[in-house]
Amino acid sequence: MQKVAEPLTTTGALREFLHALPGVDEVGATARAAALSTRSIKNEAKAWAIDLAIRMVDLTTLEGMDTPAKVRAMCAKALRPDPTDPTVPSVAAVCVYGDMAAIARASVGAALHVAAVATAFPSGRASLEVKLHDVRDAVAAGADEIDMVIDRGAFLAGNYGLVNEQIVAVKAACGTAHLKVILETGELRTLDNVRRASWLAMMAGADFIKTSTGKVPVAATPPVAIVMLQAVRDYYALTGTRIGVKPAGGIRTSKDAIKYLVLIKETAGEAWLTPDLFRFGASTLLNDLLMQRQRMAIGHYSGPDYVTID
Amino acid sequence: MTFEYAPALESRAIVSIAPSYGLFINGEFVDPTSGTMFKTINPATEEVLAEISEANQSDVNAAVNSARRAFERTWSVMSGRDRAKYLFRIARLLQERAREFAVLETLDNGKPIRESRDIDVPLAAAHFFYYAGWADKLEHAGLGPNPQALGVAGQIIPWNFPLLMLAWKIAPALACGNTVVLKPAETTSLTALLFAEVCQQADLPPGVVNIITGAGDTGQMIVEHDGINKIAFTGSTDVGKSIQRALAGTNKKLTLELGGKAANIIFDDAPIDQAVEGIVDGIFFNQGHVCCAGSRLLLQESIAEETIEALKRRLQTLRLGDPLDKNTDIGAINSREQLNKIHQLIKSGDDEGAERWTAPCEIPEKGWWCAPTVFTNVTAAHRIAREEIFGPVLSVLTFRTADEAVEKANNTPFGLSAGIWTEKGSRILWMANQLRAGVIWANTFNRFDPTSPFGGYKESGFGREGGIQGLGAYLQSATDSDVHAKGMS
Amino acid sequence: MNDRVEVRKTYKLFIGGAFPRSESGRTYEVHDTDDKFLANAAKASRKDGRDAVLAARKGFGAWSSATAYNRGQVLYRVAEVMEGRRDQFIADVRAAEGLGDKKSARVVDTAIDRLVWYAGWADKYAQVLGNTNPVAGPYFNFSIPEPTGVVAAIAPQNSSLLGLVSVIAPIIVTGNVVIVVASTLRPIPAITLTEVVATSDVPSGVINVLTGDPAEIAPWLASHGDVNAIDLTGVTSAELAKNLEVEAAGTVKRIRRPAQPNWLATPDLGHLRSFVETKTVWHPLGA
Repeated sequence: MQKVAEPLTTTGALREFLHALPGVDEVGATARAAALSTRSIKNEAKAWAIDLAIRMVDLTTLEGMDTPAKVRAMCAKALRPDPTDPTVPSVAAVCVYGDMAAIARASVGAALHVAAVATAFPSGRASLEVKLHDVRDAVAAGADEIDMVIDRGAFLAGNYGLVNEQIVAVKAACGTAHLKVILETGELRTLDNVRRASWLAMMAGADFIKTSTGKVPVAATPPVAIVMLQAVRDYYALTGTRIGVKPAGGIRTSKDAIKYLVLIKETAGEAWLTPDLFRFGASTLLNDLLMQRQRMAIGHYSGPDYVTID
Repeated sequence: MTFEYAPALESRAIVSIAPSYGLFINGEFVDPTSGTMFKTINPATEEVLAEISEANQSDVNAAVNSARRAFERTWSVMSGRDRAKYLFRIARLLQERAREFAVLETLDNGKPIRESRDIDVPLAAAHFFYYAGWADKLEHAGLGPNPQALGVAGQIIPWNFPLLMLAWKIAPALACGNTVVLKPAETTSLTALLFAEVCQQADLPPGVVNIITGAGDTGQMIVEHDGINKIAFTGSTDVGKSIQRALAGTNKKLTLELGGKAANIIFDDAPIDQAVEGIVDGIFFNQGHVCCAGSRLLLQESIAEETIEALKRRLQTLRLGDPLDKNTDIGAINSREQLNKIHQLIKSGDDEGAERWTAPCEIPEKGWWCAPTVFTNVTAAHRIAREEIFGPVLSVLTFRTADEAVEKANNTPFGLSAGIWTEKGSRILWMANQLRAGVIWANTFNRFDPTSPFGGYKESGFGREGGIQGLGAYLQSATDSDVHAKGMS
Repeated sequence: MNDRVEVRKTYKLFIGGAFPRSESGRTYEVHDTDDKFLANAAKASRKDGRDAVLAARKGFGAWSSATAYNRGQVLYRVAEVMEGRRDQFIADVRAAEGLGDKKSARVVDTAIDRLVWYAGWADKYAQVLGNTNPVAGPYFNFSIPEPTGVVAAIAPQNSSLLGLVSVIAPIIVTGNVVIVVASTLRPIPAITLTEVVATSDVPSGVINVLTGDPAEIAPWLASHGDVNAIDLTGVTSAELAKNLEVEAAGTVKRIRRPAQPNWLATPDLGHLRSFVETKTVWHPLGA
């Protein structure tokens, strides 16, 4: 891995760096993900993994039809996912649109993180001024985590300087809030691009790199997660700083979630097995985790009527 | 707390192992005339699994006679279409009983259930499926309009992929109209004997497949038997040479799939994370008991250090232990004898000045185990750089230029396989062209498929298994029927 | 009446494009089928065999990496030059094999035509013996035939030209190089052929011809570590054949030992196929 003496800002310097990163062989990465997906996690390991997965959830609602009532209900669930079982941990954060950040913060108090999607989510197609305003607005409303989207058009056109500039500016606008940079890997298409975008985001100041908005057909996939986990691992080796990873979209079952935990353990390492460094962006995943948890507790399968729908 | 995988054991209840097994001759299990039995042992526990018959000369005679009768009366006169249907049946039966075969293979061989379940058994079934379809299309095999079966094939297979090697041998032989006498390795007879049961379930005509068990002496009786037309052997180069010598001057045809010392070559522009996986697949798949294993890692100097670091980091995630645990990556070494041989070569690496690194694995108390081992500072003259270790031991060498990589890779009497890792397409094709080996994996390693021919250059043997080329090992063109070949045709 | 005294030729070996005498300094008498003295031929020794292997190995690199089109043209060129020396070959064959004029001409014509036939295979055999393999996964996979390397051949004892050509051509057309031990009693057509080879754009070391006794030279070739295959077509003694096979096993050589074929018949690809290796290449398919 190349050493970087000072921040790279120009398109030329960034291109030189990003294009010198090792390539990713898609078939090999996919085969590795498939091999890891055959790990069989049972009994106490599974129980432990389910609780960790719950603690890693960014419980999310990102709908045009979101209302304060809906957000409050979700926040209640985030705090106490299973009202019948106080041993169930809270999730990591709630994730909402900026205009709901204040309601979310009021609902969860200081107990949970409030993440707001900003920067003209999900397309990212707005002027930098509008994006920054979006960020400041959410932070002012109480969000302590900002999920921004990168300008995929600029990235795919090779305009790395512009993408970098926007992340740097958003990071500054975040103040103390943590910045999650959404790469929208489904639009980047190749794993080489995922690796480059991961490094671009990390070098520009991301605290987390996140796969997807959940608003395009292809969301998080295990091969994409592997490449991003390799990127944070290598970035740590180079800089001593651990960046978090957040797959989002399409992770619906406990089995999926546990697969990701296996990917973390065997790719980036155990250090990333914490909500500080790994999150699931999900809405329906939580209920499946709860049903699995109940099954392990009561010894038979649970049903959707035994978990809350909010 | 860390994320410790709880044991996830595959149930062994699915297999029932008999206390003892006879020989499978003429469609039936028969007691060996000698009455001599030997034990087959679970290498992970040292538990005796069953007693196996040792075939003597009269048993070999009976098996060859049975195969000859079946060849003359049944199999060679049956239509290709009908032969195909038997082979399809076998493929289906292997699929239906896949889990049973996987568990039995793991018990008898020591390989992880993940591999026997996901690789050995499905590939074995696929092999029968592939060659089944050839049985009635042999006139399209490129050996003339009316290619002929050779007759009775004697087949001797190794212990590293017991069922898969059986499939590689039996499927093309039967598709081409030959009958077979097959001997599994003495430490891994059980899946071959279960396969005999599959032949019965398939109603395969008696004598078409005969499976006789025993050690080297039994193998030699097959090799030297006058009633055999063809020998196919997979195993060590030394034994291969002695078989070739034994067949000198005879009219028996021969194909050999022998040892290897493959170079896995990593250039500085390689997709490095996948290359590290390829290194691991290359040498630690099946405990390194793979003739095409990438046992010599050739690293371009500019990335040598970081690649070795990445490799060591990766190796620390390998899980060695109970082969029946679905999360086990490294199983048991198949026999004490093999473990001793590996230890001896590891010691030679130490003695000759290479630097050894061993993955931090807890070694179970019982059974035969070898933790993944990497030697750096290896020079071409070291024994561990030249001899086939057939264990989880990697020798790392470096190179500066592509020319040098080719030169080092080819600098061996073997020539079975090679790996190339680079993102540069023209270099891949140039390297693939320069390397003197039968299988070249570019940006991948240890991939197998029934349609893909497998076999070596030089002392790695001759003839191919798999693909259309695999038919050439069991057929002759009508005009070439008087050619006695040790080789491709 | 022409009373000019003819200039006789010294018959030598052909190694690495040169015409050396045997390093042993030995020769043996060659007679025609009526036992009339024809010439003294060089009696090659094991050291000549060793030199020939060195020359062959040296020639292998360039010949095996030459384009198929080029190899085809070189073989065709040999046929062209043979055609120009047709009368000499007919005379040689007549003397060596005791055939009549018509039969000798037929043998020579067939030999020339055989070269042309094999020349045409140079850029086709890989298409016939190679293929892509539809593996069950995201990989592009293809198999190609490649030359085995250095092949030692014992030429047929009776068919001194046609048999020789029929042995050499399928070996070299794919990119192999050959050390051939000519018919012991009938070496002269082979020596004439070396003169053709030397002037036909055949790179040095590709075809090396030894004269002498196979029983003396061949065991050294069969056991030589840098010989990859042996062609026993011309070995008539079962015992010698067996011994050679035993020697060859020491380095797992490819062996071809056919019964004596009818050289006049059009061959199939069996001979060519005996000395090629199948190389299979895998590469992932990904964006």
